[in-house]
Amino acid sequence: MSQIYAVLVDGVMYAAWLFLVALGLTLVYGVLKILNMAHGSLYALGAYAGVTLIGPWVAQGGNLYVSYLLLVLAAIVAGGAIGFIMERGILKRFYGQDPVVLLLVTYALFLIMEDAIKLVWGVDPYTVSEPYSFLGNFDLGDLSYPNYNFLIVGVALVAGIGLTAFLKFTRSGRLLRAVIHDREVSQAMGIRVSRYFVVTFMAGAVLAAIGGALTAPTVSVAPGMGVEIVVLTFAVVVIGGLGSLPGAAFGALLVGLVRASAVHYWPQGELFSIYIVMALVLAVRPKGIFAPLEARKI
Amino acid sequence: MKRVIQRGMKPLALALAAGAAIASVAATAHADAKPIKIGIVTFMSGAAAGPFGVPAKNAAEVTAAELNAGKVPAPYATKGFGGAPIELVYIDEAGSTSKQVSEYRNLLNQGVDYVVGYTSSGNCLAIAPVAEEMKKVTLFFDCGTPRVFEDASFKYVFRPVATATMDNVGAARYVAERKPDLQTYAGINQNYAWGQDAWADFEGTLKALKPNAKAVSSQMPQLGAGQYNAGISSLLAAHPDVLHSSFWGGDLEGLVVQAGPRDLFKKSLTVLTAGETATHGKTRLPDGVIIGARGMYGMFAPDNALNRWLRTAYSAKFNDTPSYPSYKMNQSILALKAAYEKAQAANGGKQPAPEQVIASFEHLAFDAPAGKIGLTLGKGHQAAQGTAFGVVKNVNGKVTVTDVKQYSIAEVTPPEGVKSAEWIKGGLKH
Repeated sequence: MSQIYAVLVDGVMYAAWLFLVALGLTLVYGVLKILNMAHGSLYALGAYAGVTLIGPWVAQGGNLYVSYLLLVLAAIVAGGAIGFIMERGILKRFYGQDPVVLLLVTYALFLIMEDAIKLVWGVDPYTVSEPYSFLGNFDLGDLSYPNYNFLIVGVALVAGIGLTAFLKFTRSGRLLRAVIHDREVSQAMGIRVSRYFVVTFMAGAVLAAIGGALTAPTVSVAPGMGVEIVVLTFAVVVIGGLGSLPGAAFGALLVGLVRASAVHYWPQGELFSIYIVMALVLAVRPKGIFAPLEARKI
Repeated sequence: MKRVIQRGMKPLALALAAGAAIASVAATAHADAKPIKIGIVTFMSGAAAGPFGVPAKNAAEVTAAELNAGKVPAPYATKGFGGAPIELVYIDEAGSTSKQVSEYRNLLNQGVDYVVGYTSSGNCLAIAPVAEEMKKVTLFFDCGTPRVFEDASFKYVFRPVATATMDNVGAARYVAERKPDLQTYAGINQNYAWGQDAWADFEGTLKALKPNAKAVSSQMPQLGAGQYNAGISSLLAAHPDVLHSSFWGGDLEGLVVQAGPRDLFKKSLTVLTAGETATHGKTRLPDGVIIGARGMYGMFAPDNALNRWLRTAYSAKFNDTPSYPSYKMNQSILALKAAYEKAQAANGGKQPAPEQVIASFEHLAFDAPAGKIGLTLGKGHQAAQGTAFGVVKNVNGKVTVTDVKQYSIAEVTPPEGVKSAEWIKGGLKH
């Protein structure tokens, strides 16, 4: 297979994985205007919940097709529950304050969750890789890719298209867009903004957790896994424009393709490549490529 | 007759009473001996805790407890350090290097007598001058960079374990012998000092051993990247005869999980220099992969009394076998005990001053589960060891190694006074 095709396939796979996790981050920023530093911890929480549920299932010879559903189920329950507790228990008390205060609050939540994860699951790594290889491989030229990677591409597409369709074509989605546009006027018009806030935060948490749960079979689930992802997803949403779904998709695709090109043609520059893209984009468009327009308030 | 016996018995009874009194005083002296406080610095949180920090901490705990109980085989059968009990103080190595320097100073404020620690090479390089400034005997137990004693001299710093040069020179020798027709090789190593040095040493050694072979790819992903599919594609496309990696911890496990279904390890003869830690978790290293343990540790350790003791004591306490970081921590504490007691004997049985411990530590030869270890490099502050590599064979779900080949110190380590990079570049001559 030509190297350029390998770059495209590797880039798209990486982009899909990044987009799946970045989606929740940009959604939460779009609605609540919170740059959620704890997003990485929610990703890690999803991974831990996933391996905790499917570990015994796989060990007892359970159906591996069911294990994929269990991964998503674990992520929904864990992400939804912790997302609810975080929003209702902590974040709602800080709405209206300086964005920097909220950034610090979510950073504190990140630190608390990192320690809580260690308290619950310890520091030893968890590995349940059976679902990764179970789906077999797909041959592209002389390279073969695990079908599981295509599954993640599919889930990312479903999540992105589903969320866009929800915002565009459903009544709740249109109301949520109104909240995004102007929360004060929305409140004045009778929209229960606080309900939209909690549901949106839970949705963002669930998306992060699904990203973590689906990543779990491909890695060793260990403390610290949330730190790396939060830096990468921040790069993605900053490139695309905070709060923009098409921006997150574009940012993920750009980062994925640039990184894959670096891996194939300039391996030593892999790490550097992502941040040079971010720096170049921000130099030209400081609010990101697809930064949503903001109405000026008088 | 009775009086004669009584008269004869009197001196004997006095002697026995005096002996008992002396023994009692001696026993009291031992029981009351001031504890030797050792600061243990290792990763207790973060990604390195599971594969490195926790096994090392466990080893420190079990070694100290067994030494205090006098249960360690000869030549370490005396209790504690020369009769004084050992007390451990733990510090987490996670966090920035500057934080470690502050933590080191805090540790000294807690009154520790010695410090044993550090897995990160960056931390070792930063702590060494601070230890020198603070005049505190400090032992590095795991970090691999040879630069600590090749680029500088330290009085208070010792490393009673080998450097990473040994790992990569040994790995290159093993693959060169196993694949005599080796034409191409590639690497995937973490993009920081450890990974870059490991690849440079491996590549340099192969250049010396197989001048006609060439490197076709060198992947350098970020530490903790997690996703390696693009790198795996690149390596598969390069078709190297041999693949080298110094990956450790979660990176190693992630690579094994992601490369397995894509047959990377079947298409290239793969050598994992830190592969031994991956044999302790649930990650399954496939048959045919070559692994090292950074010395004669774990499954490569010789069958001797100290090794049997360590494995039994560790397994009894933690229901697991000790991995190579456990061996290295244990080796460092045993080295300190050997140096301390040698200094104590030279001091007429009295507690030695730090300078006396340093004098006995320099050029020390001591026993460890890995065999006889000598501090023959770094002006007597750096240990030199032989190493071993073997091929993974899974038997009934358990990882074993076959075709084990041991390498002598001269084969994998530069002579005293020669820098590792120069030695490799010069053709590995002694």
